[in-house]
Amino acid sequence: MTATTVTAPLTPARRLGPTAGLRHTLTLAWRSLVQIKHNPMELLDLSIQPVMFVLLFTYVFGGAISGSPGDYLTFALPGIIVQNAFFATMTTGFGLNNDLTKGVFDRLRALPIARWAPLAGRILADTVKQAWSVSLLVGVGMILGFRLENGLLGLLGAFALLLAFSLAASWISVLVGVLVNEPEKVQIFGFMVIFPLTFTSNAFVPTETMPGWLQSWVEVNPVTILADALRGLLVGGPVAAPVVQSLLWAGVLAAIFAPLAVRGLRRRV
Amino acid sequence: MEHAIRAEGLVRRFGDTTALAGVDLAVPTGTVFGLLGPNGAGKTTAVRVLSTLLRADEGHATVGGFDVVRDAHRVRQLIGLTGQYASVDETLTGFENLLLIGRLLGLGRADAKARARQLLADFHLSDAADRAAKTYSGGMRRRLDLAASLVGRPQVLFLDEPTTGLDPRSRNELWDIVRNLVSDGVTVLLTTQYLEEADQLASEIAVVDHGRVIAQGTPEELKTRTGGQTLAVRPADADDLPTVVAIAAEVAGATPEVVQTTVTVPVNAPGVLPAVVRRLEAAEIPVAELALRGASLDEVFLSLTGHRAETDAPAGADLEGSVA
Repeated sequence: MTATTVTAPLTPARRLGPTAGLRHTLTLAWRSLVQIKHNPMELLDLSIQPVMFVLLFTYVFGGAISGSPGDYLTFALPGIIVQNAFFATMTTGFGLNNDLTKGVFDRLRALPIARWAPLAGRILADTVKQAWSVSLLVGVGMILGFRLENGLLGLLGAFALLLAFSLAASWISVLVGVLVNEPEKVQIFGFMVIFPLTFTSNAFVPTETMPGWLQSWVEVNPVTILADALRGLLVGGPVAAPVVQSLLWAGVLAAIFAPLAVRGLRRRV
Repeated sequence: MEHAIRAEGLVRRFGDTTALAGVDLAVPTGTVFGLLGPNGAGKTTAVRVLSTLLRADEGHATVGGFDVVRDAHRVRQLIGLTGQYASVDETLTGFENLLLIGRLLGLGRADAKARARQLLADFHLSDAADRAAKTYSGGMRRRLDLAASLVGRPQVLFLDEPTTGLDPRSRNELWDIVRNLVSDGVTVLLTTQYLEEADQLASEIAVVDHGRVIAQGTPEELKTRTGGQTLAVRPADADDLPTVVAIAAEVAGATPEVVQTTVTVPVNAPGVLPAVVRRLEAAEIPVAELALRGASLDEVFLSLTGHRAETDAPAGADLEGSVA
């Protein structure tokens, strides 16, 4: 049997070359993306859910909240984009937990690849998925009448900010993925935490309409701040303050959750 | 290199449980070494330490001459790992799984594809190459698992319970693959709960129980070490059983056991067989089967551990599962 001829290197390299880890990351990101091909449901998840949200919010709540669907779309689309981004970060934890519980992670760790590549590959792939969802949301929004008041530059800025924030927030997802013992629990966490988090913000309704005690939370909620930043970048209004605050939030989240997640992962495996 | 795998004094604890309580191993290059023991004996923990997935609390180990902690990256270039805890990606096709590993091992795109196709053909998976692995049968899954661990042409292969849950035909196929690998010079460390599997494949066996190696040797040595042989007599007519039992008891000087219509009794003295033949002839008992055989590994295990290998695993012994 030719497959079994022994030709592994007799003097294996002591450590990886400098670019090897990057190559491993790209290969593993390919792996996460090619999964979509075999699981069309995931593509539906990434596509239909955001589009459905835009349609429902615009035409069901639009008139009641802003007087007309068109005005509401201008207000709510940035909020919907933020909510979608938060939910999308859960994919990372879900996929990681799947790999951990099914043994794929161990298979990868027993290979001579960079230690950080399996996680980095997953996060990179999820960033690509995230970018797809946002593009779709903006595209559908524009078809429905959403106008980019700050042109391409504003759009690119919004994109960059959102992806940076998602990257930081995905550490929460990684931590959850490392701590729970089955992938479904990551989804449950997503619903229990992200739903209230995104709704107690100004993503869908103006802060002034809420009771005072809730307003004080809504104003510091990172969802509010990020939604304001996207509004500034996409449709105009203050930009500097919410963008800086969003980046601060991203930094805080990463500083807290990245070390916890990495420590949890080390313990788990 | 004389020994492809060496371990000295491996200790690994999980909380209050000691999974490895000082394990020494020396696996000669190019052989199959069997790690035999019940669930929770520490087999999987040992494999995870040797394959760089887990650090031992005490002791050290080398694979291919390289330390599994200090030189882990080198060890990973030499080994392949297949088992309950090193699985393929079920959502990818068989081909994509092998392609992924080839690419991660640094093969070029064309080489990785060629290698994947070749392995799929060798393992009779070509027809299923483009189907997601989750649609594979148990036997196909294991073959793909094994193929995945061979992409890098490893010198040392860890097989953690490779046939658990397989039907006899798939099991035999897997055994053949392992034999082929060894004839090509690969060193195999095999863990198994099946005494027959260790007997079939391994040239040397270490029996593990509660994190310790309690006996080690060739299958033959283990069988002789636990004493004597067994005389088995099956009369053609079941009515003769009481007479056969009496003769066996008298000749062997021990109490025979009757399983269905076969009488077995442990014997130590030489000349037992001719004596039994003479007595059976004198009593005019037609015999369907008469044999003197070495103790089975099952009997070996029982006499070494005081409990049977599969049915009597200690309660809460699913340790390996809970830490994975």
